[in-house]
Amino acid sequence: MPATVMISPPFDRPLAPRGGWRVRAAVSLCAALALVMLWLPGTARAVIEIEITRGADNAIPIAVVPFGWSGEGEAPGDIAAIVAADLQRSGNFAPLNREDLVSSPVSGDVPRYADWRLTGADFLLVGGTRPADEGYVVEFQLFDVLQQSLMTGFSFQVTDQTVRSAAHQIADEVYEAILGISGAFNTQIAFVSVAGQVGDRRYELQLADADGLNSQTMLASPYPILSPAWGPNGVNIAYVSFEGRYNSAIYVQNRSQGSREKILSREGINGAPSFSPDGRRLAVALSFEGSLDIYVLDVDGGNLRRITDGSAIDTEPVWVDDTTLIYTSDRSGGPQLYEVDAAGGRASRLTFEGNYNADPTVSPDGSTVAFVHGSDTGFQIAAIDRSSGLFQTLTQGTLDESPSFSPNGQMILYATERDGRGALGAVSLDGSVVQSLTLDDGSNVREPAWSPYTR
Amino acid sequence: MNIPRHIRRSVPMLVLASLTLAACAGSGDRRGEALEPPAENAGPSVTPVTIDGPQEGLALDNAAETGRAPQDRVIYFDYDTSELRAEFLDIVAQHGRFLAQSTDSRVRLEGHTDERGTREYNIALGERRAQSVARMLQLQGVNPGQVRTVSYGEELPVDEAHNNEAWALNRRVNIIYESTVPN
Repeated sequence: MPATVMISPPFDRPLAPRGGWRVRAAVSLCAALALVMLWLPGTARAVIEIEITRGADNAIPIAVVPFGWSGEGEAPGDIAAIVAADLQRSGNFAPLNREDLVSSPVSGDVPRYADWRLTGADFLLVGGTRPADEGYVVEFQLFDVLQQSLMTGFSFQVTDQTVRSAAHQIADEVYEAILGISGAFNTQIAFVSVAGQVGDRRYELQLADADGLNSQTMLASPYPILSPAWGPNGVNIAYVSFEGRYNSAIYVQNRSQGSREKILSREGINGAPSFSPDGRRLAVALSFEGSLDIYVLDVDGGNLRRITDGSAIDTEPVWVDDTTLIYTSDRSGGPQLYEVDAAGGRASRLTFEGNYNADPTVSPDGSTVAFVHGSDTGFQIAAIDRSSGLFQTLTQGTLDESPSFSPNGQMILYATERDGRGALGAVSLDGSVVQSLTLDDGSNVREPAWSPYTR
Repeated sequence: MNIPRHIRRSVPMLVLASLTLAACAGSGDRRGEALEPPAENAGPSVTPVTIDGPQEGLALDNAAETGRAPQDRVIYFDYDTSELRAEFLDIVAQHGRFLAQSTDSRVRLEGHTDERGTREYNIALGERRAQSVARMLQLQGVNPGQVRTVSYGEELPVDEAHNNEAWALNRRVNIIYESTVPN
């Protein structure tokens, strides 16, 4: 497939049953994205393609004007295109088609609000880039078209290496200024990709920006890799690897330096690592004492303590906060979710709907738990409110698994099947926004984990 | 987010003020509203680690054992259970008798599941299946030191299709005779 495959397939189909303008916005957006992709140096490897299969019903129209450039030669990237793509990908915004922009104001211009009202845009983003001592200065202003006022604006010092991150930060600023919720555009995702056939498989643990670009391989192996888990500093990542001959082991790897430590390789299962929010401990699942139970230990490997007991399968622990765990146990006959103090003690059951509820992920504010729910139609991602117990199914696949909350709690990344191969999906907490992410080289993707906020 | 609150509140006013000035007097110096520059590691700085080695899960038997031990070496299971099916009891018993007599022989029992359900829970289910076979072998008098188990859960299917036939082939324990010489 040609290098431009990343722009054509996702937009061949209509995005949503309503809103012709949304489809047009996507088409011009993808043209802008194409310019951005082609400009990017050194990212010729497999890219995650993101298709928005369903946008929010009340997506906010916003005019994102190409940023001005006051230097010589080429601007350091099309920042406005990155911002517009981020906003569109959230499902909450509908950036205008570039050809529908009535004028091209840049940073420092005062908008002609009457003209912008005619476009239907509720908000207007303008910006500019100029050369500076060690790179560039990027500025932006966000205007409320209806109120005819300036909402926010900042300037950044950036370099060629950090201009994409700055664009994502601008998208976060716009998102938060309008919606009152932190954006999660300047974040990353980890995932496992698998290529090849039985007997010749290649596994990779990869990291990418949340928009699917800049994917880089952290670990390449002929042996299965699973359960990647981010440390709160965004640098240490724990995972399970089967590279030890005929046993699993838990590793923690520094993604920047490539150094890693084998934390646990006991007899039996070593699985499901999860960092505590303060980054000082790991919760894991071990079976070396005869049954699979939850353990907590310091990240340096010391102070190993068993938290659960009994002959049931206890696994997949995650931290609600530094003192509380939620995990999967089949003590009642089938997998259900339980909550327990991280120091041990009596567990309380959280899920009662159906006979298979497993693999929890907790929203950053602790209010919601998303998980894998087994039903008559297979496995979907569902969520419960921790205080009310209110249950809702979020996805419609048959083999959906591995949910992971975004650090702003608005989206859930998960693994699904698409066209017969492993792909990732993203769904908003109210189910209204649905996205699909696939690797453009045909390999299977699974085990996603959304990074925390680190900056 | 990384923007200090006090800057967040004060900046819009500064920007508005300088916009007004700018409209009158051309673009001015706006360093007052600077955000922290994105960290140099803002992109994913990643140093890769590469593992090499032969593939696993192919049930590669030690050649010296192949002719002597019982030939049926895959035990299949029903969905969501680790109970041995009646039709496999005899095969496992044969392996048990062979191992009980051939005390230098060792086996590795690899437990597998089909793809349905979560990966870590399936690792646990695979272990249960391997342990079912191990217990059965011990009932035949096999020394526990001759048997080791490992679970791959759903990670090493023999058939990657998403249907009942493929799933039935993947729910298995592989009995692998290992070298009699310690590694």
